[in-house]
Amino acid sequence: MAKQLNIFLENKPGRLKAVTELLYQNKINIRALSLQDRQDFGVLKIVVDKPEEAHIALTQKGFACALKDILAILMDDKPGGLHKITSLFVDNKINIQDAYAFVIESKKQAVLCVEVKDPKAIKVIIKKEGYKILEDEQLYEL
Amino acid sequence: MSMQEISYWNREIETISSEALRKLQLKRLKETVNTALKTPFYNARLKKAGINSADDIKRLEDIHKIPFTTKDDLRECYPNGLLSVDLNDVVRIHTSSGTTGTPTVIYHTKEDIDNWTELVARCIIATGSGKSDVFQNMMGYGMFTGGLGLHYGAERVGMTVIPIGGGNTVRQIQLMKDFKTTVLHITPSYLLHIHSKLAEGEISVKDLSLKKAYLGAEPYSENTRKKAEELFKIDAYNSYGLSEMNGPGVAFECIHKCGMHVWEDAYILEIIDPKTAEPLSEEKEGEIVFTTLMRKATPLLRYRSRDLAFIYKGGCKCKRTHRRISRITGRTDDMLIINGVNVYPSQIEQVIMRVPEVGTNYQIYLEKEGTLDKLIVKVEIYSKLFTGELKELDALRERIKEQLRASIIINPVVELHEPGSLPVFEGKAKRVVDTRTKL
Repeated sequence: MAKQLNIFLENKPGRLKAVTELLYQNKINIRALSLQDRQDFGVLKIVVDKPEEAHIALTQKGFACALKDILAILMDDKPGGLHKITSLFVDNKINIQDAYAFVIESKKQAVLCVEVKDPKAIKVIIKKEGYKILEDEQLYEL
Repeated sequence: MSMQEISYWNREIETISSEALRKLQLKRLKETVNTALKTPFYNARLKKAGINSADDIKRLEDIHKIPFTTKDDLRECYPNGLLSVDLNDVVRIHTSSGTTGTPTVIYHTKEDIDNWTELVARCIIATGSGKSDVFQNMMGYGMFTGGLGLHYGAERVGMTVIPIGGGNTVRQIQLMKDFKTTVLHITPSYLLHIHSKLAEGEISVKDLSLKKAYLGAEPYSENTRKKAEELFKIDAYNSYGLSEMNGPGVAFECIHKCGMHVWEDAYILEIIDPKTAEPLSEEKEGEIVFTTLMRKATPLLRYRSRDLAFIYKGGCKCKRTHRRISRITGRTDDMLIINGVNVYPSQIEQVIMRVPEVGTNYQIYLEKEGTLDKLIVKVEIYSKLFTGELKELDALRERIKEQLRASIIINPVVELHEPGSLPVFEGKAKRVVDTRTKL
C-alpha cells in the first residue's frame, strides 16, 4: 500500500519551508504534494520516497503528522485516461475523499493518488478491472 | 442640568440624615445576622467568630467582628448552604456560572424582589427619567440579572418598557425609531456599536428620540461616556451592580453624574485594602465589600466583590445622603469582561483540558473589532491524536467552539496551532493577551 504523509501546518510564512528543510536534511525526496487550506491552517499531503523515516523525523521535530494508506493508480496520460477511472469509481459506488495526480512520462503514463474510506477493499476492485496499483517501492522508484 | 428639579422616588429614605441612616443600618444588620444564622454556612462561620445571635452586634463597628465572605464561599455553598428561608418562599433563583464548574446561586423571596425593584426605581428617578419615558432594555434577560433588574424597576416607575434584550442591532434601531424610545439600558461598547450601524442604514440619530442611556456591565472610561453623549446627544449615567447583591440597582448616578450613590439603607459599604483587608478611608481606592441589609432568602455578610473603586468625599448637590463610589477602576482577580459578560480564564481552560485532541498549552487573546470585543482562543493540536483529516480538524474546531459557548455564553473564535508554537512560560503562565485599549 502506498503511503501519504499528512502534516498539520499553520498558514503563515515559513511553515512549508520548515518541512522541506527537514526533508532535505534527511535526504528524503518528494514525489507529489498537495495542500488543503482553511485560511488560518492547512493540511499538507506529501508522497515521499521514505515515508516512515519522514514520519519519524517530522514527529521528532514536533509536527503533528499522520501516515495514511492511499491508492496510487497508474493511468494513461491521454484524453479520457482519468475519465475511465472516475467512471469505474462511480460504477462501484466509491466516493473519493481527496485526489491529486502527477505525470511520470509525458503523454504516456500518469499516477492518480486517491484517498478513499477503505483502501484495501477498493484496491481489490480496481485491480480486478485491470489497473495497476503501485505499491510503496514502485511508486518511489518511478 | 443644574436647573432641573430634583425628584426622588423615596425622598425620606434617600435624604435620610447620617445619624438616622446609621441607626437604621444597625437595626437591619442585626436582623441580617439573625437571618444569616439560619443558614448552615453562616451558622458555623458566625459562631466560630463568637457571634451567636444579633445581640453580639451592639454597634455598627461590630461588623468588623464578622469574617469576610468570598466568591469561593458561595461556590462551596452551592446549591443551598446560604438559603435562609423555606424553598416555598423563594420566588426566583439567579445563578452565575462558576470558574470551576460550580455555579453560585442567589435566592429571592417576593419581598427581596420587591426591595430590589424599589432600589432600581430610585435609580431611574434619580437620573430624571419617569413615567412618560419609553425604556428600551438592551441588557440580557434570563439568568443574567441586568435585564430583569432594570425591567422590574422601570415598570414600577411606570415607564413604557421594551424588553428586547441584547443583540439584533437592526431591529433595535427600528424599535427605537418606531416607539420613540427615550431611555436605553445598554453596555457602552454596544451603544457605540449601534452608532456605527446607524451610519450604514437609513435611520439616523435625529430620527430617534433618545434622551438618556444607562451604561453598565463593563468598565469604561469618562471619555467613552462623553463620546456616547456627543454621538447620540444624550445624557449617559453609570450603573453598577453585581449578581451577589441582586444585580443592577446597587449604585447609580444621579443627574449630577459625579459618582454612583450606593443605597446604604440596603447595603453596608466598605472599601478595604485587597491585600491586607484593612479598611480604607474615603478617596482611597480599594476593594468594595458589601453586606446586604434587606435580603431575606440569601443574606451575605461582608462580601468581597473583587471590584476596585473609591468613595467620594462630601455630599452631593442632589441632597441624597447615600455616599457615592467612583466608576469601577479594575478587579482584584483575573476576571475578564467580554462584551459585558464576565469570564474567568479558568472557565476556558477547563473546556480545553477536556478536549483530548488539543495540547495543554493555550492562549486567550482579546481584541477590539469595531467597538465590540473579540475573544480568540488559541490551542495547539496534540500530535499523537492527529489523524491527518482536514474534516476532523473542522469538526474539532466546531466542537471546542460549541463547548466554550456553552460554558462562557459568548462566541469565541477558535484557532488551531501547530504543537509547540504557542509561547511557553516558565513559572506563572501569561495566557491572557488583552490588546483592547479601554474604551
